[in-house]
Amino acid sequence: MQDPDVPFAIRVSDLVVGFGKRVVIDHLALDVRRGEILGLVGASGGGKSVLMRTIIGLIPRQAGTIEVMGALIGDSHDRRTQAAAGKWGILFQQGALFSSLTVRQNIQFPLRENLDLSDALMDEIATAKLEMVGLAPEEGDKFPSELSGGMTKRVALARALALDPAIVFLDEPTSGLDPIAAGDFDTLIKTLQKTLGLTVFMVTHDLASLNSVCDRVAALADGKIVAIGPMRDLLQSGHPWVRAYFHGKRSQMLQPKAS
Amino acid sequence: MTTEPELAATPSGDVLELRPAGSWIAANGAALEILSDAVAPRLDSAKALKLDMTRVRELDTLGAWLLEKLLRRAATAGGQTRVIGVADHYAGLIEEVRQVNRHNPPPPPSRNPIVAKLDETGRLAQAATQDVATFLQMLGALCQALLGLLRRPGSLRLTSLVYQLYRVGWQAIPIVALITFLIGAIIAQQGIFHFRKFGADSYVVDMVGILVLRELGVLIVAIMVAGRSGSAYTAELGSMKMREEIDALSTMGLDPVEVLILPRIVALVCALPILAFLGAMAALYGGGLVAWFYGGMGPAIFIARLHEAVSVTHFEVGIIKAPFMALVIGIVACSEGLRVKGSAESLGKQTTTSVVKSIFLVIVLDGLFAVFFASIGM
Repeated sequence: MQDPDVPFAIRVSDLVVGFGKRVVIDHLALDVRRGEILGLVGASGGGKSVLMRTIIGLIPRQAGTIEVMGALIGDSHDRRTQAAAGKWGILFQQGALFSSLTVRQNIQFPLRENLDLSDALMDEIATAKLEMVGLAPEEGDKFPSELSGGMTKRVALARALALDPAIVFLDEPTSGLDPIAAGDFDTLIKTLQKTLGLTVFMVTHDLASLNSVCDRVAALADGKIVAIGPMRDLLQSGHPWVRAYFHGKRSQMLQPKAS
Repeated sequence: MTTEPELAATPSGDVLELRPAGSWIAANGAALEILSDAVAPRLDSAKALKLDMTRVRELDTLGAWLLEKLLRRAATAGGQTRVIGVADHYAGLIEEVRQVNRHNPPPPPSRNPIVAKLDETGRLAQAATQDVATFLQMLGALCQALLGLLRRPGSLRLTSLVYQLYRVGWQAIPIVALITFLIGAIIAQQGIFHFRKFGADSYVVDMVGILVLRELGVLIVAIMVAGRSGSAYTAELGSMKMREEIDALSTMGLDPVEVLILPRIVALVCALPILAFLGAMAALYGGGLVAWFYGGMGPAIFIARLHEAVSVTHFEVGIIKAPFMALVIGIVACSEGLRVKGSAESLGKQTTTSVVKSIFLVIVLDGLFAVFFASIGM
């Protein structure tokens, strides 16, 4: 659905981000391939969200280049242009749904702002997106405060997909969901990635989703990507933090499946 | 990259052949809608529809849905439909879109406008009763907390009380003094300007003195406090409610009324009389300055006339009202804060309601006091 000539959805090189004297991202390089699901792991407070927010332009960078779908991204002003808005969709951790709009209006919001469509068509598109994320059309008239955690995430995903972006950024999509809901959400991401040909950039701590949906996993430690590759490679990585992360008590359950 | 979308329709016998081409993606949404709307009426008469997707370069949900809609229209009209030339990587998307929008919920039944109006009136009346009940409930909870405080004086949150006094009292002094100073000055100027026609300019002192001490001083200050501190109370308690902080307090066995609301309202009740007094002084000062520079009445004469014109009763009448107004403002602000629900919009709405309602009640209370003081001859 997008230009297939570009092999990488996101190319980050030599990126430096810091607050005051504290350097959070230190000369980081990361390539995200077209059509893959990349999981990003890292210590809490270790800069995962900072990296994601820098790529989408919410945090200014100190040095380095960021290329999205083959186009260099300049300062944060550029990202607000229509082209950029249609390129990516973002699922924030808490959903970030507009609380004064209904679910349907939330999904229609990017369509309404960027395209010139009839109301009837926008209603149909919103319903289609709702059904694609596994919700009933009736939920469209609810307000965000009436939704459960899992439904909020689904609606936020539907809104992120409203303009059919090439890339979706997911910030801890399964946090706060029960294992069944989290598993369903993982399946949903995988299905949508296949049908819509999405590139997914996912920040997560959920070992199960790393294992089941991610094509590649990148580990962020000390402001750099210390290991990247399929889950199997990461489990064999020698980096001490990566070892601690994947071989801790909580990740024991993954071992039999991975080996 | 993106190319202009096209939709060629060629009838061959009974079969209508549609050949979409180019980028059928959301970015071209407006153009796509026009294209498909133009073709749609021709589908009703066609016996069969053949959709050839070989030349589609890009496709996304919006484009796929528009094509699907054409297929459904042809199918409803009784025609045969056939899709050919679907690229492999779009097959999943087309299959997905085929499933959606099948069971649209019926639109909500429209209601009789008269019934709707009656319904709305009933709800408003109920909400008004509810408001009174909430107010009394908060007053009761506050009294209960005060009684508890009398039994265990040690449970007074002194730090919180002092902090709130600092915020609603001390920090409010400059703005309250400035506004009342200006009000006093304006009243004096208007009084001198109009009274001069009757040669009664010296009575302006009576007017400024009585008006400021009895009514305006306390009323203006109460309205400002409602806007300044009442709204802050509502917003604070509201966002604490939204973030479940108040629930957290209750689960720890603490009474939110005692911990959060009592110090706030007590601080307001202490601060408002002081602010009203300072406000009245500032207004008299402003009036005196205008009388001196605009009316040519020296300070000595102004003070002497003021001495004759106002008695301590006027001052009492004004200052007695202050704590009651503070209580009303505090109760309204806190109970509106606790009524905030999950959304940011609700916080804004409740804050507005709090300010509007407390200003309204302050004025009503002032009227009731006027009747009361008149009947007891003060």
